[in-house]
Amino acid sequence: MKFFKIIALSGAIACLMAQSAFSAGKLVISANTSDAAPRAAFEAIVDKFRAANPSIDVEFNVTEHEAYKTAIRTFLSADKGPDVGYWFAGNRMAGFVADGLFEDVSDVWSSNGLDKSMASTMPSITFEGKQYGLPYSYYQWGVYYRKDIYDSNGISVPKTYDELLANCKKFRANGITPVTIGTKYLWTAAGWFDYLNMRTNGLDYHINLMLGKTSYTDEGVVNTFKNWKKAIDAGCFLDGHQNYSWQEGQAPLIKGEAASYLMGNFLVGNLPEETQNQLDFHQFPPIDPSLELGEDAPTDLIFIPSNAQNKENAKLFLAFVSSAENLTALNKALGQLSPHSGSAAPSDRFQKAGAEMLSRSKTAQFYDRDTSPEMASVGMQLMIDFMLEPDSMMDILEEMEEERKRILAN
Amino acid sequence: MGLLLKPHFSIKIMFKKFNLTPWLFLAPAFVYFFIMVVYPIGGSFWISFHHWDGTKFQCSDGRSLKSLDDNEICRRVPKMEFAGLENYKRFFKKSPRDIDKILDYWGKVFDPRNKGIGVPIIDQAIGLTITMSDGETIKWPRLSVETKVMLNTLKWLIFFPLAIPIGLALAVFLNQIGWFVKLSKSLLFFPFVISSAVIGFVFQFFYDPNGGLLSPLYELLGWKDGIIGDKDKATYGIILAAWYRQIGYCLIIYLAGLTSVNSEQIEAARMDGAFGWKLFRYIVLPQLWPATFIAVVVTIIGALRTDSFDMTQIMTEGGPGRGASDVMSRYMYQKTLFDQDYGYGSTISVLLFMFMLIFIITFIIRMYYQDENLR
Repeated sequence: MKFFKIIALSGAIACLMAQSAFSAGKLVISANTSDAAPRAAFEAIVDKFRAANPSIDVEFNVTEHEAYKTAIRTFLSADKGPDVGYWFAGNRMAGFVADGLFEDVSDVWSSNGLDKSMASTMPSITFEGKQYGLPYSYYQWGVYYRKDIYDSNGISVPKTYDELLANCKKFRANGITPVTIGTKYLWTAAGWFDYLNMRTNGLDYHINLMLGKTSYTDEGVVNTFKNWKKAIDAGCFLDGHQNYSWQEGQAPLIKGEAASYLMGNFLVGNLPEETQNQLDFHQFPPIDPSLELGEDAPTDLIFIPSNAQNKENAKLFLAFVSSAENLTALNKALGQLSPHSGSAAPSDRFQKAGAEMLSRSKTAQFYDRDTSPEMASVGMQLMIDFMLEPDSMMDILEEMEEERKRILAN
Repeated sequence: MGLLLKPHFSIKIMFKKFNLTPWLFLAPAFVYFFIMVVYPIGGSFWISFHHWDGTKFQCSDGRSLKSLDDNEICRRVPKMEFAGLENYKRFFKKSPRDIDKILDYWGKVFDPRNKGIGVPIIDQAIGLTITMSDGETIKWPRLSVETKVMLNTLKWLIFFPLAIPIGLALAVFLNQIGWFVKLSKSLLFFPFVISSAVIGFVFQFFYDPNGGLLSPLYELLGWKDGIIGDKDKATYGIILAAWYRQIGYCLIIYLAGLTSVNSEQIEAARMDGAFGWKLFRYIVLPQLWPATFIAVVVTIIGALRTDSFDMTQIMTEGGPGRGASDVMSRYMYQKTLFDQDYGYGSTISVLLFMFMLIFIITFIIRMYYQDENLR
């Protein structure tokens, strides 16, 4: 009897051990891809990963993307975090990396030859020679305009900033909002600031300002805001824009009440197909013709938190996503550009235009990714103050400068 | 056996002497209260004297987390930098300058050399931009965000409790029988069961200047930014939306209170010749005191913490621009979780706590005396 018991027991143990050997554990992905198109794109790739690794129990959790920005701080400093997280490249991740909250994934890069195939975005996630994330897509910013409305009002694509201002006045006279924008969540205004500052002072000046090396009351920044004021005075922007989110800002464009929108390429996928067909894209026009045209090209990435529980599975997932084939499929669904050099050239005309434009320009990420989070939130709030009250320009710039000194002085 | 009984017996005596039993029953509540309430309050105070970004940790014995071996674990504590009163100084740094600006503004408005207080347009009266009769406009000054936040919290404290008299008036009006009254009661109470997020969104649609319900009114008054899009009016717009819910709440409390009003007293008062306002003021209102107490407590807490936070976060996120409609509870959240300034965020929460303490103490004293009177 005792003999049987021992056999039964050892059999059970063997079973348990076999099971644990077969099931390679869990993989918890915490995503910020809450809009319809990105969500579907990642669900597809996660399903593909599940099919390729049936033994891994994959959990794909999506958080609304604004809420994610706070949630990430909570899960990064908790004892146990998810295995894969989503974030943004550049200065926005630098603080987390410096605090040791992101796992070094250099081995994923070297073992998959990504240092060659993804060389273009590699610097944005490399800190002290080590890689801390996997960029999965980047996209261009620019002016998306309704070609039909431009044509019916006899307006052509502006070649210079002065032409853009003249167009604004013409549109206003015809009762059309020249530029739609929704500034309730602030960052859309930062797009205007980035472009105006890069066009007025150049990319290097802009980056120095983002890093806190230049004063906000410097003549260059003042000139940027003076140029911005010209656009406000010319009536370029949607009335009551501070009431709307960027999605609500799309409504006038769809209804044909507004002619253009300065936005990232994710705008296109959000619009109904009819509007997409009427839409076209142009680069933000130059202000100082002697300057090279810098562009915003924000890069999105996935990373492994240092407190992840299943790092091996997470690395497997990163390697899986990093293949040319998967990145091509993913970015086709996202409507964005693949950072992989082996990816097929985009067939979509907006992506084509973007890829062509970015291939000949130097890029920044975006205001809220290039400067520190605290400076970004204060700076963007003050930009809205400026858009509503352009006459208080100097007071507002002084307030920005005060904050810069406190936040970025060291 | 005798040995076993003896200590048992003495414990029994001890129970009687010190009356330990109630304390034992209270213990779980106390433990919970200390862990969930007292300890975090102490923590806020402690962090408010430090600089901390919310992500830096170290071992409790001072070693850095990076120096640990792979399978070594230690108790993690925040890695903070002592700052003394720096955070508090930062909060009040610009207060003197802002007070000067405000005094200057009111000084100009009431300057006897001016030809009287100017054009009484509603917009400008609320918006605090005043056009004098000689055409000169006096603009509300640009204040620091801290001052704006404090002033907005004050606005909530003053205007949000107006929901109480409105709720009372409706309750008295609706304290009748009939199908129409029953329907009105349910309609007015309905907002209270809707979550404040939904109310916030619905009011955003009302307030939308391009095609919202109120846009004809805006055209009439010339408010092209709408209500919550205007930095001077935003706070009032949010308070109005919060009323929608709070009035329903006060109404239901008062309706319940009215059912317990002694009808014999009312009859007696009528016989003595008390009618209308007198009857209400001296006979009905005192009997509604318990309902009023609850309504005031809940509304004040709402104005300082819950409702002001929810509604502002949903409707404007403190905007438009910098802190135009921000309140202390939301600004604390912004500074702590978005701007990763846990030290400063804690400072704001401590200040808010002190502010609330004034009300809490008043309520407690009030409650204490009420209990005494009942004995």
